[in-house]
Amino acid sequence: MLGDSDRIFNNLYGFKDTSLTGARALGDWDGTRELIAKGREWIIEEVKSSGLRGRGGAGFGAGLKWSFMPKEPSGRPHYLVINADEGEPGTCKDREIMRSEPHKLIEGALLAGAAMGANTAYCYIRGEFRREAEALERAADEAREAGLIGADACGSGFAFDFVVHLGAGAYICGEETGLLESLEGKKGTPRLKPPFPAAAGLYGCPTTVNNVETIAAVPTILKRGADWFASLGRPNNTGTKLFCISGHVNDPCTVEEEMSIPLRELIETHAGGVRGGWDNLLAVIPGGSSVPLLPKSICDTVLMDFDSLQAVKSGLGTAAVMVMDKSTDIVRAIARLSKFYMHESCGQCTPCREGTGWMWRMMERFVVGNVSEEEIDLLDEVSRQIEGHTICALGDAAAWPVQGLIRHFRPELERRIEEYRAHAATRAA
Amino acid sequence: MSDEVRMGDAADQPQAFVLSDENREKAQAMISLFPEGRQASAVLPILDLAQRQNDGWLPRVALDYVAELLGIPRIQVYEVATFYSMLNLAPVGRHHVQVCTNLSCWLRGSDDVLTACKNVLGIEPGETTDDGLFTLSEAECLGACVNAPMMQIGDDYYEDLDAGSAQAVLTALTEGKTPEPGPQNGRKGCEPAGKLTSLTDKPAKARRKKAPATPVEKGGA
Amino acid sequence: MPKLTVNGREIEVEQGLTVLQACEQAGVEIPRFCYHERLSIAGNCRMCLVAMERSPKPIASCAMPAADGMVIHTDTPEVQKARKGVMEFLLINHPLDCPICDQGGECDLQDQAMGYGPDHSRFHENKRAVPEKYMGPLIKTFMTRCIHCTRCIRFATEVAGVPELGATGRGEHVEVGTYVGKALSSELSGNLIDLCPVGALTSAPYAFHARSWELRKTESVDVMDAVGSNIRVDARGLEVLRVLPRTNDEVNEEWISDKTRFACDGLRRQRLDRPYVRCDGKLHPATWSEAFAAIADRLRGVDGVRVAALAGDSADAESMFALKGLMASLGSPNRDCRQDGAKLEAGVRASYLFNTTIAGIERADACLLIGTNPRREATVLNARLRKRHLAGGFPIGLIGEAADLTYAYQHLGAGPETLAELVAGRHPFADTLDKAETPMLILGMGALARADGAAVLFAARRLAEQCGLVDPDHAWNGFNVLQMAAARVGGLDLGFVPADGGRDTEAILDGAGKGEIEVVYLLGADEIDTGRLGEAFVIYQGHHGDAGAMRADVVLPGGAYTEKHGTYVNTEGRPQIGRPAVSPPGDAREDWTIIRALSAALGCALPFDELASLRAAIEEAHPVFARIDEATPANWAAFGRDAETGVDPFASPVANYYMTDPISRASATMAQCTATFVSGADTKTGTHG
Repeated sequence: MLGDSDRIFNNLYGFKDTSLTGARALGDWDGTRELIAKGREWIIEEVKSSGLRGRGGAGFGAGLKWSFMPKEPSGRPHYLVINADEGEPGTCKDREIMRSEPHKLIEGALLAGAAMGANTAYCYIRGEFRREAEALERAADEAREAGLIGADACGSGFAFDFVVHLGAGAYICGEETGLLESLEGKKGTPRLKPPFPAAAGLYGCPTTVNNVETIAAVPTILKRGADWFASLGRPNNTGTKLFCISGHVNDPCTVEEEMSIPLRELIETHAGGVRGGWDNLLAVIPGGSSVPLLPKSICDTVLMDFDSLQAVKSGLGTAAVMVMDKSTDIVRAIARLSKFYMHESCGQCTPCREGTGWMWRMMERFVVGNVSEEEIDLLDEVSRQIEGHTICALGDAAAWPVQGLIRHFRPELERRIEEYRAHAATRAA
Repeated sequence: MSDEVRMGDAADQPQAFVLSDENREKAQAMISLFPEGRQASAVLPILDLAQRQNDGWLPRVALDYVAELLGIPRIQVYEVATFYSMLNLAPVGRHHVQVCTNLSCWLRGSDDVLTACKNVLGIEPGETTDDGLFTLSEAECLGACVNAPMMQIGDDYYEDLDAGSAQAVLTALTEGKTPEPGPQNGRKGCEPAGKLTSLTDKPAKARRKKAPATPVEKGGA
Repeated sequence: MPKLTVNGREIEVEQGLTVLQACEQAGVEIPRFCYHERLSIAGNCRMCLVAMERSPKPIASCAMPAADGMVIHTDTPEVQKARKGVMEFLLINHPLDCPICDQGGECDLQDQAMGYGPDHSRFHENKRAVPEKYMGPLIKTFMTRCIHCTRCIRFATEVAGVPELGATGRGEHVEVGTYVGKALSSELSGNLIDLCPVGALTSAPYAFHARSWELRKTESVDVMDAVGSNIRVDARGLEVLRVLPRTNDEVNEEWISDKTRFACDGLRRQRLDRPYVRCDGKLHPATWSEAFAAIADRLRGVDGVRVAALAGDSADAESMFALKGLMASLGSPNRDCRQDGAKLEAGVRASYLFNTTIAGIERADACLLIGTNPRREATVLNARLRKRHLAGGFPIGLIGEAADLTYAYQHLGAGPETLAELVAGRHPFADTLDKAETPMLILGMGALARADGAAVLFAARRLAEQCGLVDPDHAWNGFNVLQMAAARVGGLDLGFVPADGGRDTEAILDGAGKGEIEVVYLLGADEIDTGRLGEAFVIYQGHHGDAGAMRADVVLPGGAYTEKHGTYVNTEGRPQIGRPAVSPPGDAREDWTIIRALSAALGCALPFDELASLRAAIEEAHPVFARIDEATPANWAAFGRDAETGVDPFASPVANYYMTDPISRASATMAQCTATFVSGADTKTGTHG
């Protein structure tokens, strides 16, 4: 178990003072100017060698992403855009950073901004998080008044401002290019890539989009050193991570743990265990609604990191662990997610616009068993006709939960079909 | 949670809309957060402002007003207004009760919470009470999953609900009181409800492993 | 230049092409719906997915820049599966109403479903229905058929410059439309019908009239303005049912204006289908010989100088050449093709042409509009100006009436005094022109068809010369006259202007009023004040019972542009050939044959009796007509008259774009457009201008 001394978010629960004074007492804004003075190359190298991978779901190397930004000034401004459009079902970690650790985020933004030559950071927060936005805004005001950000941030000579921007209810704006479209005042429809944001992002200017947790981890990484971060977890899966444990556990919570912690240990140590005991476990969605579920047999041993979860055909995603015990109607659970993806599809490209609704309608019939056996394969095929064929990853995200269900719970689907037929026969008789 | 987004009834549509002086100032401040010529970026905050001024919904004239204010085509504002679920194009009640029914909430009893809301208010999701006080909606994941089940009313989250506490919150609102937002079961936030499993030590200050290149004074910048 | 491999074949393509275009160059067909080469890339239909080595997922070839070393496969099972999957998705919510859909037979969805789609439906849910949208009198919508390719939205926003169409809602509830049920305020709206790959947007006037395979298709040229848009006329039996664009990148790219497309129902109404002779104040039906005899009777003994001819705005070159010959035989020097009295000089060709050429607009880097509203006067050419505007670095100034031209411009002033300031170098825009590498000006009829037109022409020439608009060393001529009449340049090229001592339009009308002109021959000339013809004996040759025929003493029924062989020279000076799609109605005849027959009846038979010999005669007399489809550069020389200009502001002669000639005035569709867009409450909105 991770010791408190190795935690980045030492006021995660907001038990302590969240204001600038409190944040400083916990080490925020400590030596920031000197870190900036070490230069952009140093910051990027340090983040690279820490192994920090994006915490928003895709897990792309943060340092590598920053290194794609143009090195030489091109006359166009550079932008850092912080993705605080936390909407992946099961995920509620960035919310805690914004309301309890806002200064870590702003300090991280300044350091990231310095590393990529971005004088402005736009923090795009989902519209429902109004209170969180207010907390972050308050912190930004404090930082501005204290000279920590502004025309001469921390006395470093680097000009930097932090702008809080609220969305208005659209999961797809969590997709980085959908977010940029939204930030430009349009519908949040994802863009075609290439060009990638580092070449043409916000207003066509070089832009990097990072998740809140990624950015908020940066100050501590730079202060304690890349080696410290890299020493936690496993190679390629380094550092600490915020896990949100929800569903059928005794004590749902968000907790910072070491990467690669076994799933069972995570649940039992921090969430009071599965309701009714580990043996009452049916399945876990380990990384937010977009990743395929895992049946108990895999949950027994799997580690919570990028590589182990990928090896069992799931993913770390946002590390939102949704626990389902044996009382769960697993088909209805996945049908609910299918409805979510249908509702949140932007409607731009064909497979997602047409396919998500088709899948949901089939899933609704699967819930009651009003399908034919062949439709199990049809459902799987439809999900594969969406997967990999869309502009953005929402298509994949809609497909995977359904694929996971078929992969691990086919007998349950078949049982319902039989049950439905038996009922129908009884009714007819 | 209405999937289809259409303009409200013609009968509800007012003939004119302007932002109040105070809100116009706020709108200008919002525009000023973006580079010159990028004023369209402020469309969501300004639509939100207009919606708040207009009892929680956006009539067509308000959309046209915002388009004019930002100097962007009306159709762009129509597209935006119909895309984002928080923008309402038809009148809503004074309290917009949005019950999350996504997976984490459902696993912990959002069905009960929703039923309780329906019983207290006497309406189905998508409907508004006759007195215009409440609109009930089913919402997608609101990002408070470890405090499930939960609902949003106005700008506030009411978390760790069950049928009883949901009913209590709505009853208080009916009586004109303002119930305390947040977890309704005594938790502060996202910490485990039982014993704390982390952040129990005296927190250690973030330290460098190696000696810093430049000595830094305590307290930072 | 990137080299890539497509299905095992290495090809080298131009920098900047997409993978889709590279595949096409390699001779590999890529199915697509949303991609259109003249619109921005949307990449949303996903039909063009191909496999690229080292990419884990198939790529949208329409959006991927072709790069060196790419290895593309378009025929793998994976690609076929992807296409089939997308096809299936497009079809699940598409109605099975092909038998009653006007797009049937020319539907991309139908065609590609045959080529790439599944052979049966696996979709057991209810299909989606989408409410119809009102888009004005020209476009019929059936939005349940919409596949959300957004071509229409991109066309309206980018090419037409009216950002009024959008996709509202999200997910499977996305709907394309104006959201507020408003007619699309563009004179290019009909192109949406061509662009729509399915039957969601179809032609309202053509609705349920015909199936595409029943139609006889004739390649021809439009005469509704002087752009000379290339068209295809689709007819069945004796009726023209629709007009579609033909692609010509030099002229109209692949767009046509709404008048070009939709005025064709005017070809069926108010037609002159037999000769008439006025008797006791009333027009009576007559035979051709009776009509010719009436003319011969009246002309007998009349001195040629008391006879005059006016050519109308859509006259073909052949009939004007024939009429000029006939007038010469009669000894008449009085003829004019400038009904509006525009002060154009036939002597110097560069003085009346759009010398830059339409495609040349894209090479210009500054533009001055003088007394013109190109949106109304030459809609498709205006789209080229907008295209150039969108490319950036193209300051535009306007002297004349302010109007929404679909692009931003500086309004410099209202009339000749502003032009004079520019000529005197006192206006900053003169500096803009001066500094530009390839500046251009466009002089409209609003500046020339007025008393001081020749002086304005002179001032414009001086400005052009002073600011380096004319640079023969670099093959650049930025001096442009924007003609509005399809016949005008041809008429000027043929010298259908007063011979020595002859009268022009004004003098002919004057003379007729005073009795000095006894016989006036109107060749489709309807845009004059017929009240000024006095007691003159009027011969009207044309196709519609419009102003000219009403006043006529003898009516000779001719063919409309869809009913005859005819050469039209567009505003660039590009002669193009129109061909008959149907025969003229009833007893009506192709126009030049009427004049030829009349000349025989008058005893002065013209020296040609078939089209080929007539055209040979024209080419011999006017070599420019030998270079069909080419815009021959014209030599620069002095023109205009150094005189005082007036003070009246320039005004565009086109008040109602939808009704400018006998055909569009007879069109019910154009009447509906007039009601909707001109007199209606559906006022134009926009952020331009």
